[in-house]
Amino acid sequence: MSGLQIVFLIVAVVTLFSGVMVVASRKMMHSALWLILTLLGVAILFATLQAGFFAIVQVLVYIGAISILIIFTLMLTRRVMDDEHPQVIKGWWLPAVMAVILFGLIAGFLATWEDFQVMLNELPADAENLAAFGSALVNPAGYVIPFEVASVLLLAALVGAIYIAVERKEKTR
Amino acid sequence: MTSETLIWLIPLPPLLAFFLIVLFTNRNKALSHWLALIASGLSWLAGMIVFFKAVTTEGLSEHPFAQSIPWLPTGNTSLKIGIQIDPLSAVVLFFVAWTVLMIFIYSVGYHNFGQPAGKHDRKGLPPEGAEIKDKNGKIVHVPSIEPMYSRFFALISLFAFAMFLLVVTDNLLTLYVGWEIMGLCSYLLIGFWYAKESARKAMIKAFLTTRVGDVFMLLGLAALYSLTGTLNYQEILGNPAVLEQLAGALSPVLGLSWAALIGILIFIGTVGKSAQFPLHIWLPDAMEGPTPVSAMIHAATMVSAGVYLVIRFFPLLSAGWEPGGVVTTPMLVMGIIGAFTALFAATIAVAQNDVKRVLAYSTISQLGYMIAALGVGAYAAAAFHLVTHAFFKALLFLGSGSIIHGMEHGVLHTGEHIDPQNMLNMGGLRKKMPVTFWTFLIGGLALSGFPLVTAGFWSKDEILSGAFTGGNMGVFIALALAALLTAFYTARQITLTFLGQPRTKAAEHAHESKWTMTLPLVVLSVFAVGAGWSGIPADFPGLGGLIPNWFEEFVGSMLHFEPAEAVHSLVPLFTSLVVALGGLALGWVVYRRLSERVDPLEKPLGSIYTILKNKYYVDELYQATVIRPANWVANVFTYKFLDQTIIDGVLHAIARFGVWLGNGLRNIIDLPLVNGAGDTAAATTRGVGMFLRSKQSGRIQQYMVIAISLLVLAGLVIYFTVGIS
Amino acid sequence: MIPLSWYLIAAAALFCIGLFGVLSRKNAVSILMSVELMLNAVNINLLAFWHYHTQLQGAGQITPQVFVAMVFIVAAAEVAVGLALIISAYRRRETPVVDEMTLLKG
Repeated sequence: MSGLQIVFLIVAVVTLFSGVMVVASRKMMHSALWLILTLLGVAILFATLQAGFFAIVQVLVYIGAISILIIFTLMLTRRVMDDEHPQVIKGWWLPAVMAVILFGLIAGFLATWEDFQVMLNELPADAENLAAFGSALVNPAGYVIPFEVASVLLLAALVGAIYIAVERKEKTR
Repeated sequence: MTSETLIWLIPLPPLLAFFLIVLFTNRNKALSHWLALIASGLSWLAGMIVFFKAVTTEGLSEHPFAQSIPWLPTGNTSLKIGIQIDPLSAVVLFFVAWTVLMIFIYSVGYHNFGQPAGKHDRKGLPPEGAEIKDKNGKIVHVPSIEPMYSRFFALISLFAFAMFLLVVTDNLLTLYVGWEIMGLCSYLLIGFWYAKESARKAMIKAFLTTRVGDVFMLLGLAALYSLTGTLNYQEILGNPAVLEQLAGALSPVLGLSWAALIGILIFIGTVGKSAQFPLHIWLPDAMEGPTPVSAMIHAATMVSAGVYLVIRFFPLLSAGWEPGGVVTTPMLVMGIIGAFTALFAATIAVAQNDVKRVLAYSTISQLGYMIAALGVGAYAAAAFHLVTHAFFKALLFLGSGSIIHGMEHGVLHTGEHIDPQNMLNMGGLRKKMPVTFWTFLIGGLALSGFPLVTAGFWSKDEILSGAFTGGNMGVFIALALAALLTAFYTARQITLTFLGQPRTKAAEHAHESKWTMTLPLVVLSVFAVGAGWSGIPADFPGLGGLIPNWFEEFVGSMLHFEPAEAVHSLVPLFTSLVVALGGLALGWVVYRRLSERVDPLEKPLGSIYTILKNKYYVDELYQATVIRPANWVANVFTYKFLDQTIIDGVLHAIARFGVWLGNGLRNIIDLPLVNGAGDTAAATTRGVGMFLRSKQSGRIQQYMVIAISLLVLAGLVIYFTVGIS
Repeated sequence: MIPLSWYLIAAAALFCIGLFGVLSRKNAVSILMSVELMLNAVNINLLAFWHYHTQLQGAGQITPQVFVAMVFIVAAAEVAVGLALIISAYRRRETPVVDEMTLLKG
């Protein structure tokens, strides 16, 4: 067992455990903090995959923005939601069973693939070529259209979010 | 156009007039009567042309104008209908055309055309008069126009069609059709004023009584057809072989030959239609109809049709008879019934006070004369009397109508409530109604057989001669007595009505009728005088031989055997002179100074008078023996028992069964099974729906759980069954 | 040096954990957080296969990278709009409990 594998195992365990705590915490704040830990674990996994750019982006976007947003929302919607009552719905065992079976199915299907156990080796240094990635994003023969559409999507989300959340002085009390 | 085509067209104009009036011109009185008059005028014109051609054709009896067309296919052959004008039908056509036209013209005046409509006049009742203001402003009652004016003309047009049809046809079937249509018209016209109960009863009586006769006639017709296969006159009556065969074959009834049986059956039809005893009862009651109806149907044409039938069928009725030999059974029957009826009716006429009733019984009596004449074999005499009687009887009836109109005028004027038809209320009308008087006198003299100048004399004399020379003394004496009575009651009638002084105020105020009524009277009186001169017998003292006996030659040629040698006896002539003149004188003497409204014969004759007045109680006898049992059968047996109890009972039972079955089916099958199935389906659907509805909780997480579980399930199924390729 | 299967198994596990959270948490924000977990699992998968294909073909594969970028962008946009919705819904109903938002109830 190489060092990388040990690192992976530890990080994977931490990530999964945090994920479980995210969905199992009673207190919402704790759930958000566990989420941050999970996202951090995922970033490290990205790093082990030699996708360093995305690891940084993960930290920046997810942890830096999204998690903050979530915490803000938690703070804004605290009033009624008591942390003493259970946070899961009554029939939670059924989704649990479903999740387990689904996991088994996915794993089983994947296991029948011949390249399942392929060893991922170290990539040459120029494998992750950010310049090439960047120019591909704006290349008309490349991925400029998804890029632009994504920009528009962000704009729409921005406008939409403001519109939804703005308080209308006339309508509300 | 040929004679044949013209003959076909004779009956058609009145039929057309009937339809046009009924369908289109009912509201327009003037148009209706013009249609009818033009139609009868056209038929008259065609009839005259045909008659002229007929009398100028040689040998018409062997080769009559005839034409027939196949009508009903019956197996290999067809039943044919057609026309035939031989001497007999030619003379009948002559008098029918004239009398019909005259009566149509008369009807215009009789129904008061041109008068105002009465305020209280209703359809179905005779008009009661209208009130108008005369030039001084006083209210005057005048006769009013008949409300059902157009209907009258429609019906007499239909009748004219039927009579013409009967005369021109060449076979017994079409004759029967015309016969029945005339019966229908007689029914409708007797009951013209249908709101009067007496009229309603009279119309039914007429129809049913003649129906009795018609049934027997139809039996005879059927027998004739089945034996000979045809109903055509030429083929039966003009064929000696057929007649011999019929006379020879024996029928199963009473040992009569077929010819005799058929002859008697056909004669029974005549007994009904020509009102002979015992089926005479309808004719006096038929006087309920308007006077033109009485004139046309019950004097000149319809009742003459019965006599025409037996004259036509004389060869069949006399099959096997030789002149001078023993008469055949039908002839015997006719002789007896004819002579009896003539005398019987004449006796009743003596005691009648209604002016039209006297004439009705007189008609019955005269028809008896004609039938008795045939019964003794005086063929041409019977036909001769038929023709002359039609003219003078129509004249007399129309004259009586004029009298009644005059009396009604007087009744309206004075407001007296008397019967305008009762002769005892009349008197002295010759001053007020001169034209009516003279024409009525001519008619009455003709009826009585006034010598030389009236047609009735010549024809009656022929009949008496025929009876005498044939050696039929019983018939001769009966007919002579009847002639005496005829003259008596005729003189009685004329004296009571026209001579002497008026016995009531209404009679004082009577006045003459309009020209539309008096013109036909004048025309008919010409014929009443002159028609007899066509038949002066050759052996008449003095005048005989001057004018050839055209009638005898013309009509007598119809018979295929030589008439008996004329016995030159003056007895019949003398007898007829005595009875005619004597009867007339007697009648005048008895009644001329009558001032009270009571018949002077009433007391002396006592109970005989009562019996005569009540018509020998024949009607009462029929009522008790025939009508009441028939009513009982209809009411109790057929109606109450058969119809209500049995037939209705069966129907009610079926209905109840149906209802029971329906209820059962509903309760056993329909409600539980059909309804139940429907309700169950609905309930199930509702249950499933409610179940599924509860699943739609609106909770998204639940929806997602369901989705994921289905996905997982699908995955498991694929994994374990299909596997991964 | 790490077998591909380990990444895939880990991603699958994270995904299923996130699924469980989506289906069973009451609070709307918790559900959003669980969705984030699922999206992250997807990203792990994508990058693992990027590595695999790059290793297989030698040259850097751009498509998986673009894909991952798209997932990031979409996740961010979705969180923003979703939180806005939650805040708006909370204002109307005064509760962020999803279970009680049953307007879809049939």
